[in-house]
Amino acid sequence: MDIELRNIHKWFGSIHANNDITVTLKGGRIIGVLGENGAGKSTLMKILSGFQPADSGEISIDGKPAVYHGPQAAIANGIGMLQQDPLDVPAFSVLENFLFGLSLNRKEARKRLVEISQRFGFDLDPDTPVANLTIAQRQQQEIVRLLALGVKTLILDEPTTGISAEQKQLLFDTLQSLARQHGMTVLLVSHKLEDVIALCDEVIVLRAGKLVGDRQMPATTQQLVRLMFGQEFAPPTRERVPLGEPVLRLDGVLLRDKRLTIDTCTFQVRAGEVVGLAGLDGSGQELLIRACVGLVKPNRGSIVLAGQDMTGKPYRHYLQCGIAFGAAGRLEEGLIAGLTLTEHVALANETDPLIDCDAAREHTANQLALYNVRGRAEDPIEQLSGGNQQRLLMALMPEEPLAMVLEQPTRGLDVDSASWIWQQLLARRASGTAIVFSSADLDELVAYSDRILVFYAGQVYEIDDASTVTIDDLGHLIGGEFEGSGAGRRLA
Amino acid sequence: MNDELLNILGSVVLNATPLVIASLGETITERAGVVNLSLDGSIVLSAMLGFVAAYSVSQSGAGSEISLILGVLAAMLAGAIVALIVAIGGIALRRDQVAVGFVLTLLAAGLAQFLGQNFTRIPGPTVPYAPISLLSDIPILGPIFFRHNIFVYFSYVLIFVTWFWLFRSRRGLALRAVGERPEAAFARGVDVNRQRYVYTALGGALVGLAGAAYSLSIKPGWATPPVMRGDGWIALAIVIFGGWHPFRVVLGAYLFASLRALSTVIQRTPEISISPVLLNLLPWVLMIATLVMVSSGGVERLLRLLPRPIQKMTRNVLRSDPPAALGTRFEAK
Repeated sequence: MDIELRNIHKWFGSIHANNDITVTLKGGRIIGVLGENGAGKSTLMKILSGFQPADSGEISIDGKPAVYHGPQAAIANGIGMLQQDPLDVPAFSVLENFLFGLSLNRKEARKRLVEISQRFGFDLDPDTPVANLTIAQRQQQEIVRLLALGVKTLILDEPTTGISAEQKQLLFDTLQSLARQHGMTVLLVSHKLEDVIALCDEVIVLRAGKLVGDRQMPATTQQLVRLMFGQEFAPPTRERVPLGEPVLRLDGVLLRDKRLTIDTCTFQVRAGEVVGLAGLDGSGQELLIRACVGLVKPNRGSIVLAGQDMTGKPYRHYLQCGIAFGAAGRLEEGLIAGLTLTEHVALANETDPLIDCDAAREHTANQLALYNVRGRAEDPIEQLSGGNQQRLLMALMPEEPLAMVLEQPTRGLDVDSASWIWQQLLARRASGTAIVFSSADLDELVAYSDRILVFYAGQVYEIDDASTVTIDDLGHLIGGEFEGSGAGRRLA
Repeated sequence: MNDELLNILGSVVLNATPLVIASLGETITERAGVVNLSLDGSIVLSAMLGFVAAYSVSQSGAGSEISLILGVLAAMLAGAIVALIVAIGGIALRRDQVAVGFVLTLLAAGLAQFLGQNFTRIPGPTVPYAPISLLSDIPILGPIFFRHNIFVYFSYVLIFVTWFWLFRSRRGLALRAVGERPEAAFARGVDVNRQRYVYTALGGALVGLAGAAYSLSIKPGWATPPVMRGDGWIALAIVIFGGWHPFRVVLGAYLFASLRALSTVIQRTPEISISPVLLNLLPWVLMIATLVMVSSGGVERLLRLLPRPIQKMTRNVLRSDPPAALGTRFEAK
């Protein structure tokens, strides 16, 4: 099925999110949709899949003009979208979720569900609650559902975030089979250039709301980056900062939560050192990070911060002793939705019982300029984009902490914002701050860490010198293949 | 089984009926993601209006059947209107549902006392006793369940219809999805807010029916202070206690009515000397204890004492997560 978009415009307030986009998407191909955060790719895909109406412009399908409102109507026109957070109902069983919106009875639906799942090698039990599925399985059930609804164009938004290498391969095989054997059009929205290079036949590139590129693959990473940003980024140069005294030390620590146990882990971070934590979601890195800042109490062992025993002390005490913590859920844990930027700055810095409004405003304005936050001081925080929220989080942290502990500091950020964040982090490291961070991005881990800890189901593997490890090695390690890897040693 | 016990159990079923109907109504509403906190006031208001409507119609010379039917309809309409105000406040006007509902509780109860002041303590039509032939002759079960009136029989039907609608029908899927993940429902072509209006009004109408069950059957007539005051809060608690599942909700309603009956029985037994005031507290204490246990993980600790195979089953029955989108707003972007 061929889709033609003509002169699509979409405004959000004063932002021109889609500016006169005209493009033809040919059937039977896998097309990558690239662009940095805020480039307008999600908006365009939402227009195509009926979640948002365009302000002006036309869509035609196989040469016939198509006008539809709402995702259901888009599906009736053969266009379905798999959202980054799949739109399923956690309280339903897989079968109920499949059935909902489909005109089949239970028995037929079950048959159809099993049949489509098997065709693509998906392991979906109709009677499991959706809440128990992994992200990859939730994507699979959404794909199965959209196929059962007769979708001929499948849009996927960042589908490889949070899924394992194995699951990613299965997903890619599926998409390839859909395009090659079933003649479907697959649109892949992604930040991850390696995924786009591995999978796509063609890429369209958006920048600041405009279509700036439409090219056939293959292309190299550099070429794609140049299309996305209009410039190339030099890979960060690794510079060693002379390491100082041990700052944070975990001694024989045993950590346990509902799902996993990290048995007896001992390691320390020295001043000026960057330690990266790698692993699939829920492998134990979150647990360790939270133990480092006192949010999880170790069941055994001790935690020492700059020579002071911190075991069992509350989070607040850790902060007072010089730890800075940035949680992965920016709006959930790091910032307070509903408060303005000024109020955030005042909350982080003022110790007076009363807020000095003028001083707070002035201070905020300084911080916003210093940290390059694009947003107005009186706006509520949730109006900022992810990148700007992360910058503000950085601005709220103390200037020279002993150690910064960061959960996925660049999650969901484009290359530009991410590299800005790292500039800041590296500057603080140069003044002796130790950095512990987790990431789902293997490139980032290899590029910035001095040392890497790899987590797999609560086991920990240490790579002493991160400059010796390749992305490929790391990929195997996070899949749990510790044995026979010569890159480091097992910690716990 | 002796007759006295059967009588007591029969009265438990009768007295539980308004609670059953009201808490099922609220279950439906909350399953769609709307909290109608106005229950307590809206039961009182609809009880008053139901009685006044039935009474006025019968005074004008109409037959008792017609007046009762109109009374019931007036009560249901009142319940639906109060519920719709909550829905409009929460959806169209984007206010907090809890705040709107809470204020309405007070308003509706006050309004009932004001509007009903000329109708207190006068006899009016009541729904007739109507044992079901054959069924009422079954030993034990007959006297307990089938020697009542139409309200009670309707509540039996309502239990199964609610369960079937929620868990076995296609529209029930949409209803639950609207309360759990409105975005997903929207993506499947469901008009989320319309569903919420419809089920809030339906739930409200059932709350109104519960009010009518008081004033036209169980506590006939109208009085100030209203005798059913407080039962709306209990119905709300029962919905939580019942984990938003119709069968467990009903179990909660019967349990509560049993405890009330127990306290009455104990008061009548001279050998046991406990202050009746204290006894009346019993159901509340038990309810609070249960709610605290369910929400604090105390249940989990108790469960671990059970043998493993039973553990899993019991845990499923006791699952009590509220609908994920309860009390939230949904706007299609």
